[in-house]
Amino acid sequence: MDILNALVAFLNFVFIPAAAYGAQLALGALGVTLIYGILRFSNFAHGDTMAFGTAITILTTWGLQSLGISLGVLPTALLALPVGIAATALLVLGTDRVVYRFYRAQKAAPIIFVMASVGVMFIMNGLTRLIIGVDDQRFDDGARFIINVRDFREWTGLAEGLALRSTQVLTLVVTAIVCGALFWFLNRTKKGKAMRAYSDNEDLALLSGIDPERVVRMTWIIAAALITIAGVLYGLDKSFRPFNYFQLLLPIFAAAIVGGLGSPLGAIAGGFLVAFSEVAVTYPWVKVAGYLAPGWQPDGLLQLLGTEYKFAVSFVILIVVLLFRPTGLFRGKSV
Amino acid sequence: MSSNRQAAAASPWRAPILFAVLALLFVLEGTVRNGMFSGSWNTSLAILNMGLISAITALGVNMQWGYAGLFNAGVVGFLALGGLAPVLVSLPPVEGAWAAGGPRLILALLVGLGTLALAKIAYTRTGRAWTVALVLLAGFVAYRWLFDPAVTAIEANNSARAGNIGGLGLPILLSWIVGGAFAAAAAWAVGKVALGLRSDYLAIATLGIGEIIVAVLRNENWLARGVMNVTSIPRPVPYEIDLQQNPAFVDFAASWGFDAAEASGIWVKLCYMSLFLVVLLAIILLAELALKSPWGRMMRAIRDNETAAEAMGKDVTARHLQIFILGSAVIGVAGAMMITLDGLMAPNSYNPLRYTFLIWVMVVVGGSGNNWGAVLGAVLIWFLWIKAEVWGPNLIGALVGPLPDGDVKSHLLNSAAHMRFIAMGLVLLLVLRFAPRGLVPER
Repeated sequence: MDILNALVAFLNFVFIPAAAYGAQLALGALGVTLIYGILRFSNFAHGDTMAFGTAITILTTWGLQSLGISLGVLPTALLALPVGIAATALLVLGTDRVVYRFYRAQKAAPIIFVMASVGVMFIMNGLTRLIIGVDDQRFDDGARFIINVRDFREWTGLAEGLALRSTQVLTLVVTAIVCGALFWFLNRTKKGKAMRAYSDNEDLALLSGIDPERVVRMTWIIAAALITIAGVLYGLDKSFRPFNYFQLLLPIFAAAIVGGLGSPLGAIAGGFLVAFSEVAVTYPWVKVAGYLAPGWQPDGLLQLLGTEYKFAVSFVILIVVLLFRPTGLFRGKSV
Repeated sequence: MSSNRQAAAASPWRAPILFAVLALLFVLEGTVRNGMFSGSWNTSLAILNMGLISAITALGVNMQWGYAGLFNAGVVGFLALGGLAPVLVSLPPVEGAWAAGGPRLILALLVGLGTLALAKIAYTRTGRAWTVALVLLAGFVAYRWLFDPAVTAIEANNSARAGNIGGLGLPILLSWIVGGAFAAAAAWAVGKVALGLRSDYLAIATLGIGEIIVAVLRNENWLARGVMNVTSIPRPVPYEIDLQQNPAFVDFAASWGFDAAEASGIWVKLCYMSLFLVVLLAIILLAELALKSPWGRMMRAIRDNETAAEAMGKDVTARHLQIFILGSAVIGVAGAMMITLDGLMAPNSYNPLRYTFLIWVMVVVGGSGNNWGAVLGAVLIWFLWIKAEVWGPNLIGALVGPLPDGDVKSHLLNSAAHMRFIAMGLVLLLVLRFAPRGLVPER
């Protein structure tokens, strides 16, 4: 038995990638859950908004790179991020003004909002295609690894290598900062408290003089920032392809619902839960098993599900939650 | 839904006039050749045939949305599942595939289903989570133990040309019904879980099942060869090449002033069109009869005020499940028809934007809750969607003509094809806001 090697293989192939992916999903799910809490609908345009923000950030990154500006070891995209966030915030504020505000004034059923968000999704999808096309784009630069496989083997003398990519660490650090800032904002500032009050009880919030349109604007700006950051981190970690961002919609929704729609803490927990299940179920465990039980030669890869079915994992989690606890782990909104 | 219902009465001539305009568009496409139309009857009929299939899909979505206010975001999955039926029902059997692992495969699938059923029983009887988990784990291991070798054996069988389980060699028209049954079964499973909860949970769950069905078709080579595609699916209509070699047909074509090649294409498309029209009209007839029955009035009552209907003793969730299954079955039929028309099963072509959300645009534009509206919207939007591929670049070309040649101009010209997504989004948003009852409103 070789516990150390098994542990390193586990960290390298399951824990670290899942943690980074979980952080990205958590940021995405926070956006969904905030919009759900305040505007009370599931925003189907979320994935494509994410793609739009990332596309703007990528273009800015390329512009900065052509000017010779870089951040050294950090990716230039961090410098371009504020531009992406600002552009996305303007876009979502614009769509709110043109599309959603009308239905809010009408007090339309949530499903009408969802419908409208599908229209917005089409437009954002088209915009992203127009701006950057449909192909894969890579835009990471700076240092690629914090620990690379060969160095790790030399330091430790283990057979199994461990790679820690800078984008993975960056994802976790940025997510921690963003979540910290968000919770500080929601719990400590007046605007944040107004947002929570509005989310809890719209009528009471109106009675106590909270301006609903301001709360809504605030929500869109925060959601735009969250999803642009999530999209850029995902793009840095993997690669940017608009269709993949559309497909992220399902794991993000699953994360938000698992945590409980409307609950920020739940969204974070849900993001990590979905990501860890997805990676754990689609990882071929044969290597780890080989270290833990030497001499045992399993026929297969000990992979529960092919990676092409990773969406099935989000779906099953979603179904289980809907069956047993529709309000989510952290008791979000039920209706 | 209910909050957007306007009380305005529409002119009784509205629908006939709109349908006449639509017919005129297809006649223009068939006869006039200029920058906007192709002037080929073959193109015109090809658009119409796909439009009719879209219309049937839209009817299915309209049942779910228009009658019951259910948002199905996985139309693409139900279409794809319906499309599986022609492959499994009508393809000639693959030699050796069944012997290689057929019975074991069926057994594996039965074990898989049995495990789920057993887990359900274990949950209701004992209510203990670990018993259920144990059942699921044991079932999964048994399933994989049976399933994997069977799949490997089937896929190894003549893998260059087949590698799939093959079909039953039954008539292709039968597969349309089977396609509907497949989609209905999937709808039952999703609806059972997601209905009765908040309205957007169904949307999210169907979005998931749609993605999963397409992923299964793409990756399970034993089923329909995955991305290697299944070609030469049998046809219910004659082949062009046979017609062209038939002297009687050539004479007949010449008497109408067509050459044999063009006429054979038109003839085949007309045959398809008649088949599709029969299905379309049958579904509309059934749907209209159902809507006018007490059942239809109950459905509308539920849609317009769930609470009141529930207070009257109607089982809202059960009725929703019912209509969700019916609508999905219609979508499944359309999926099977689409594969029959194409003669090709290519899982990579199932794009949610094209097959889910475009159908939604069709239903909303046409007039949700009105079957004729859904048909009109479907054919019209499909025509515009196809023609936008031609018109968009022409329009952009005319607009950027004065610009100096360079990167910006070429970028704009290249991305003109993406404009139709923006156009469809705009159409959806504009109709939803300014004419929420659509082109042909519900009576």
